[in-house]
Amino acid sequence: MKPISRRLFIEETGLGILSTTVLPSVTGSPVEAQVNSPAVSAPRTKITIKVNDVSHHLEVEDRWTLAETLRDHLELTGTKIGCDRGECGACTVLLNEKPIYSCSYLSVWADGQSIQTVEGLAHGDHLDPLQQAFIEHDGPQCGYCTSGQLMSARALLNHNPSPTAKEVRRALSGNICRCSNYNRYVESILAAAKRGQKHA
Amino acid sequence: MKGFTNVNPKNLTQAVTLLSQAQESGKKAAIAGGGSDLLGMIKDDLVSPDLLVNLKSVGGLDKIESNTSGLKIGGSVTLATLSQHPLIRSKYKALAEAADSVATPQIRNTATLAGNLCQRPWCWYFRAGFPCFKAGGRKCYSVMGENQLHAIFGGGPSFIVHPSDTAPALVALDASFHVIGPAGERVASAAEFFILPSKNAATENILQPNEILAEIHIPAPPQQTKSTYAKIMDRATWTHAVISAAVSLEMSNGVCKRASIVLGGVAPIPWPLPKVGQMLAGQKLTAQLAAQAGEVAVSGAHPLAKNGYKIPLTKALVRRTLLSLAA
Repeated sequence: MKPISRRLFIEETGLGILSTTVLPSVTGSPVEAQVNSPAVSAPRTKITIKVNDVSHHLEVEDRWTLAETLRDHLELTGTKIGCDRGECGACTVLLNEKPIYSCSYLSVWADGQSIQTVEGLAHGDHLDPLQQAFIEHDGPQCGYCTSGQLMSARALLNHNPSPTAKEVRRALSGNICRCSNYNRYVESILAAAKRGQKHA
Repeated sequence: MKGFTNVNPKNLTQAVTLLSQAQESGKKAAIAGGGSDLLGMIKDDLVSPDLLVNLKSVGGLDKIESNTSGLKIGGSVTLATLSQHPLIRSKYKALAEAADSVATPQIRNTATLAGNLCQRPWCWYFRAGFPCFKAGGRKCYSVMGENQLHAIFGGGPSFIVHPSDTAPALVALDASFHVIGPAGERVASAAEFFILPSKNAATENILQPNEILAEIHIPAPPQQTKSTYAKIMDRATWTHAVISAAVSLEMSNGVCKRASIVLGGVAPIPWPLPKVGQMLAGQKLTAQLAAQAGEVAVSGAHPLAKNGYKIPLTKALVRRTLLSLAA
């Protein structure tokens, strides 16, 4: 029997949902019009944002958060949305090198700014020392908060390459881990710092 | 999130005009400083603005200027900037410590000083959408309800506590608040800026529609002045003060010349303790005097059913904070 991985399951279920959504439009049902035009037209603005050193010219709805734009329109789904209220930290990205909650920042406010997401950490197969240390020290458990933890940790090491455990805890105080694997995260970050490989 | 239009004024005059025009055309406008709290309130349907006036685009509003007479802080200066500013960390330490105690690094990187001062209450009834005084209703649900975190001073008819950490620090440091509106600029002392619910239960401060808190001025403290901000939370980080104390002491040869003590987390406004200031003036700050100050601090307190624990906590915090500065 073919083993079913979680990824495969999600992808196939997703496909199922997609095909049911597409069906009415194939048969020319009025549902098509509803799907394609939003019920309320929201104001839109053209912006330019640099994400992981790549410039993007986009037209965004004013109400779209940066997290929504990154995930739904730039397909950078490494950034997660947990609470969507600036309470959990899963959506942490760097805006002009500083960690922020991308769920609580509008895309229009990021016009002309530079953003780094978790996708910008590795260079090909060459992982960021933090990512390597997260693997070696079992930082992630369920993994949902991990990209946010990585971005807060990256911001810390960028300006403080050899932090104390206390400084690490404080820098990560805005990132909640539902699995409560905080000690392993702190351990990972201290190990990455000790290795002294400042990310280029 | 509901749809709205974001506008980026270049200066405060434009910002005020945009707010006034929105009001005239029957639209609801909201001021976005850092925006983190505002977006949360929009998502929770607590406010539903048609227009967001983004102050991040206003030039010069994120500047800190200092001279011999004191400090001028633009309303858009972030809490992270305040907490890391060398001069604020040395001469206006209570403000740096207060800013540093707010929320999380991510919030401090976007949240502004003016936004922290003008944030709406975090009472769980208000935030959960109850039609309370703060939401324009005619009831405070905490009175007969879950009031563990509510006011022990200055309550009625609403019993919220003011959520800002920087507010008690600025009252203790004798700051003044510069407000820009359709009629021009007006100035209020930090203490006058915040108002009790008995005066107007629907709001927390003197800001009128279409007014913007633009700048905070703090006079240079006299020589030998020390200040600090101490915050008690119900967890180690990432929450509002259960109780906090901002203390500024002007010392001379071990004697306290002038003392200003302002509590957070106990009242709908930053709660000054003038009687404690009077009893400390001219005295040497001993452990015994600090303990007496703690007792005087809670005189006149009216706890609700579930927040009586704030009384001994306030006594202890006042005593400890004074002694930490006297050391």
